[in-house]
Amino acid sequence: MTPLLEVENLRVRFGSRKAGPVVDGISFTLSRGECLALVGESGSGKSVTARTLVGLTGAGSLVEKDRLRFDGEDAARFSERTWRRVRGSRIGFVMQDALSSLDSLRPVGREIAEPLRLHESLTRAQREQRVLELLDSVGVPEPEFRSGQYPHELSGGLRQRALIASAIACDPELVIADEPTTALDATVAAQVIALLNQLKTSNRALLMISHDLAVVSTLADRVAVMRAGTIVEEGSAAQVLRDPQHPYTRELLAAVPSAATRHSRLSPGPPLAVRDRSAVRPRERPAPGTVLIEAEGLRKSFKGRDGRARAAVDDVSFVLAAGETLGIVGESGSGKTTTARIVLGLDTPDSGTVRLRGRPWLDLTAAERRAERRHLQVIYQDPLGSFDPRYTVHRVLVEALRVAGIERGAQLRARLRELLELVQLPADLLDRRPIELSGGQRQRVAIARALAPDPEVIVCDEPVSALDVSVQARILDLLADLQRELGLAYLFISHDLGVIHHLSDRVLVMKDGAVVESGPADEVFAHPTDPYTKALLNAVPRLAIVGAQDD
Amino acid sequence: MRAKLLAERIGWRMIAGVGVLWGAATAAFFTLHGTAGDAALSTVAGQGADPTQAVLDQVRRDYGLDLPLWRQYVDYLGQLLHGDLGESYQQRLPVAQAIEAQLGQTVQLAAGAIVIALVLAVGVGVLTAKRRRWVRATTTGVELLLASTPTFVIGLVLLIVFSIGLHLFPVSGQDGLRSLVLPTFTLALPVTAILSQVLRSELEDVLEQPFILTARARGMRDVAVRFRHALRHAAIQLVTMSGYIIGGLLGGTVITESLFNRQGIGQLMLVATTNKDIPLVVGVVIFCALVYVVVNLVVDILYTVIDPRVVTR
Repeated sequence: MTPLLEVENLRVRFGSRKAGPVVDGISFTLSRGECLALVGESGSGKSVTARTLVGLTGAGSLVEKDRLRFDGEDAARFSERTWRRVRGSRIGFVMQDALSSLDSLRPVGREIAEPLRLHESLTRAQREQRVLELLDSVGVPEPEFRSGQYPHELSGGLRQRALIASAIACDPELVIADEPTTALDATVAAQVIALLNQLKTSNRALLMISHDLAVVSTLADRVAVMRAGTIVEEGSAAQVLRDPQHPYTRELLAAVPSAATRHSRLSPGPPLAVRDRSAVRPRERPAPGTVLIEAEGLRKSFKGRDGRARAAVDDVSFVLAAGETLGIVGESGSGKTTTARIVLGLDTPDSGTVRLRGRPWLDLTAAERRAERRHLQVIYQDPLGSFDPRYTVHRVLVEALRVAGIERGAQLRARLRELLELVQLPADLLDRRPIELSGGQRQRVAIARALAPDPEVIVCDEPVSALDVSVQARILDLLADLQRELGLAYLFISHDLGVIHHLSDRVLVMKDGAVVESGPADEVFAHPTDPYTKALLNAVPRLAIVGAQDD
Repeated sequence: MRAKLLAERIGWRMIAGVGVLWGAATAAFFTLHGTAGDAALSTVAGQGADPTQAVLDQVRRDYGLDLPLWRQYVDYLGQLLHGDLGESYQQRLPVAQAIEAQLGQTVQLAAGAIVIALVLAVGVGVLTAKRRRWVRATTTGVELLLASTPTFVIGLVLLIVFSIGLHLFPVSGQDGLRSLVLPTFTLALPVTAILSQVLRSELEDVLEQPFILTARARGMRDVAVRFRHALRHAAIQLVTMSGYIIGGLLGGTVITESLFNRQGIGQLMLVATTNKDIPLVVGVVIFCALVYVVVNLVVDILYTVIDPRVVTR
């Protein structure tokens, strides 16, 4: 049987012929009943490949290929007209984040009906009937009601299902899914993966684009690992994930944080070794075990859209001691970030207290709080948004040092050098602006800024969630090194169980504002007692691999 | 729920609108009384007479001009609350009637200009967004030229080309549709230029959104994607901008009406101002403010029609 899709030596450039290729000569085939996953980090060319396969590479692109065949036809010669007939009817396209991938000003039912309107001659009533069947088939309850709702009125999971329904409306033979679960919470993502698995019928092929090896391992028959526009390794999922041949695949696999990676490094490269710490004023570190933060009975509610108060944080208590990491894990809306904001003094709780280094922290006046704030710093998921875009890195750091009371020349320069060394950034980055840095570099600058006043506690709010897995690995290693070198305590917030398990000493599992389970990380994850923790652990797609992490 | 929120929103807008009208009336009243010189003199002077002191006193008493200013203001507000805009000093007829007499002409002109401007702006904006560089460069160049050229220059150029050169349309006057074409375009072209720029820059953001790619991936043709998906998202900005411009369009008619020798609100305002016909000027100001308030109310309702999230969010 001929494959449904044959790609040979596909090359894509943007701009002039001289610009470097984004996709640099990749080849693969895909048969009906099969799922191929293209795995890679950002910039690897996987999404561009996906778009090229539906003839939508984008403006200013230059696509070359030796062969592109779809169902035996020469797709390389498809006219725009032919492409339009194929798109939506024979190839369905699912993108990540249904909130932005569905037209926000239309009821989802109309979006699902659109491919039917374009490709099939149905009456309006037949179309409506078909939309309801589709919604039902992708597991959306109450289809009549849901089809009239707008994307923002649906939960993330239902939205993604609706988006999938619109992609399969005309029963396409090929479904391309570009990061279909990336924007979703773990439990919801698990359900969507199950749904995608159902789409893989004998007559249909699934091309999955993902950065997440674990997600891929549960779905794909074959895996192609992409890096810088080329496929570095391709093979059956079992072979690639269990016995990776290419060093890059091995690095990727080793970079995934999990229970197994606790107390070990995720990235290649030597650990941080601080040569000269003379610039740091010798300051007494609190002895390990000294309680730095003590939160008790925190409660905070917000008024919902319907005017009723909803508890965002519901009776949360914890302590954070010097030199340890307390992980807070939960899905979106569980109250993790609000808890962090209360600890930081950015939100006032309705009730409850926070003590910082033994002193009540929330009742302080603004001036007193400023003085204490140097002990408590924060890094966020999106460092770009926390920098003034006009500031250079130099100015960002100098400002932080001035606030910390280091004003003068020699000392300032020495401390600046030291901060750069701590976060392992070259000094020539100082003149750049945040927008000119890579995601990992930005997060390093954010960490340097947090380190500037020599704090004892750093609140980390999803600090690695926006990063590629290999970059995430380096940042997590850096955070571990800094903790060791500087005796820092982390309040580490993440939705990612793997990340939390990798680096937390103790964990709080949050759901709907309340702590459902807490304790030492190993214990909680090995013997969860709360049903929600169990569900959360079950939802995590696990890499079915042995030995890959020995390197 | 939605209807209730919407009604609430409109209610507040209307209350605010009344405030705007009151503010406009007050500002106009005090500005004019403070600067217009002797209202009594200008009232009588219109008839070419050299009034005696006795006549002036008589006029002052008749119009209440001998009362203290605050008293005149309170009286005027009282009148306004009864819907009475007062009587023109010079035309000797109720201000409302004077405005009404001129309204039709101006509405024709302004409404025509708005429709033409919107149709042109939507067409040009939607079809030129995210196109080849030369398409964009040409259209932005033309738009910049139109938006920055004074109205009377545009009017003159149109006159020279289409009326004096090609004899397609009459030079002036107001008989029939043919005489409306050039003034309407004179008023519409700069507005078109601004609106299509706003729309294009907004569309270029929208066309980058993932849902546009999704729509294309369903097999929709480019033009359909632009009109059926993208336009509505960009329309919020367009509507906002249109609100401001339509409100200001009445002022724009002054020049156009003079240039093409047409009757209308613009002309009425011009004559009233030069003659210091205070009740008439204040009347026109209130009328313009009313148009502004109504247009903005419509804009506000349009927001909720365009974007269902505006109210529920």
